[in-house]
Amino acid sequence: MSTKSTKLADIFINLHEKIRSALLDVSNVFLFILNIVKQTFSKGFEFKEFFYQCFQIGYKTLPLVSITGMIMGLVLTIQSRPVLVDFGAVTMLPGMVTVSLIREMGPVITALICAGKIGSGIGAELGAMKVTEQIDAMEVSSTNPMRYLVVTRVLATTLMIPILVLYADIMGILGSWAGANIKGDVTIVLFFAQAFASIEFIDFLPAVTKTFFFGAVIGIVGCYKGYYASGGTSSVGVAANSAVVLSSLLVIIVDVIAVQITDMML
Amino acid sequence: MMEEKIQTHKNGTPKRVVIDIKNLKKSFGKLEVLKDVNLQVYEGENLVVLGKSGTGKSVLIKCIVGLMDFDDGNISVFEEHIKDMNPEALSNLRRRTGFLFQSGALYDSMNVKQNLEFPLLRSPTKFSQEEIDKKTNEALSHVGLEKAILQMPSQLSGGQRKRISLARTIVTNPEIMLYDEPTTGLDPVTSDEISGLIRDVQRQYKTSSIIITHDINCVRSVADRIVMLKDGIVYKEGDLASFESSDDQEIKSFFK
Repeated sequence: MSTKSTKLADIFINLHEKIRSALLDVSNVFLFILNIVKQTFSKGFEFKEFFYQCFQIGYKTLPLVSITGMIMGLVLTIQSRPVLVDFGAVTMLPGMVTVSLIREMGPVITALICAGKIGSGIGAELGAMKVTEQIDAMEVSSTNPMRYLVVTRVLATTLMIPILVLYADIMGILGSWAGANIKGDVTIVLFFAQAFASIEFIDFLPAVTKTFFFGAVIGIVGCYKGYYASGGTSSVGVAANSAVVLSSLLVIIVDVIAVQITDMML
Repeated sequence: MMEEKIQTHKNGTPKRVVIDIKNLKKSFGKLEVLKDVNLQVYEGENLVVLGKSGTGKSVLIKCIVGLMDFDDGNISVFEEHIKDMNPEALSNLRRRTGFLFQSGALYDSMNVKQNLEFPLLRSPTKFSQEEIDKKTNEALSHVGLEKAILQMPSQLSGGQRKRISLARTIVTNPEIMLYDEPTTGLDPVTSDEISGLIRDVQRQYKTSSIIITHDINCVRSVADRIVMLKDGIVYKEGDLASFESSDDQEIKSFFK
């Protein structure tokens, strides 16, 4: 009996510790975000580092986003075409693929790809800087590491992810045109004309708006995990890994919320 | 509590206290690392802090530059209390202080030149590119690594990284130098070179320094005064001779 009650007590203590640590994490993230906002609007914005991060995050992700976007459009077209042919609605193919890409597939898949590439990169970079005391060295050099490292990266991801998503959408439509030409024959001008005729501003606006949130989530999570990495070099791997897992999860959650809000508005 | 001693110049005038630590306490959870530390660093001296691992030596110097908060007590640097400083005052203090980290802490994404330029570019004093180049070249020649100027930190050996890191700290002409285990992980020859550089920096820049080290050769080479930390307090304070002639087993174990 006493062994059972001891085990039960242990379970409750563990549970209590886990809840406490989760709540502490949530409050730390909240304070971290407040600090980012405060540092963003304080004097001495790091423009040079911000533009460098935009280049690193935006330009250097282009090849990956190009391939992903193109394949996304190509696969969607190849898989949808037979069904549309059966219903005699193959002329709807460009419109259907474009709406799918712009509304949902483009933003979510690009954001997930970026969570993997950019989120892990930021987590690992800041984590390595933390454990090798580079962040401390920066602070001793009278440089605010929150402003120099975190704010620039979060703003760069917030601004670059929407641009990458739009670019992935265009590449997706190009991929779709290539897919349509495997078994058919349609000019690029006609394909794009049909594609753009089927989309409206209301398809575009919520999709673009949510990508800013995706970008912010990827930047904040990557920076938070890296900035608070502690322990040895293994914590760098942990920071990179957890940045990818958490930001991917949050991208999906933000997407669900965005879809609900869009649905309510419509 | 240890009796406070005042150092004097050769003409008998008292030396200025640059860093004054009184009743410093710092805990991590239930672990009390610093229980009641009292020490002074005088102008132009090299103070070596000895102690076993985990006695809070690194914590002590991180508290001095505000990298770590302390629980109780007081730290004054240039007669200003650290706890009363606003972020701007703390930044000003940090500009007057050089910190050599145990790992070197060179910025991996920047080459040697960019590493050295970093603190100069972020100084409120606006330097021209010519002045920056002059200062970085001087600092590099001081540590004997002018040829490494365009190398990345990953291309440097452990000793070279420490030297470049030292060059980065002296490029801003600091008045205080804090060295966190400057010779750890280096071969004896490179350790001696680093110890020599610490003495050179003291002479050339007239710095007041705290050197944390376990390396007795380094202690013998650089120490003007030694403080030993044990159980969260200053266990013994004195010059090199008093430590070397001590009968205390704890001290003897360091000076074998």
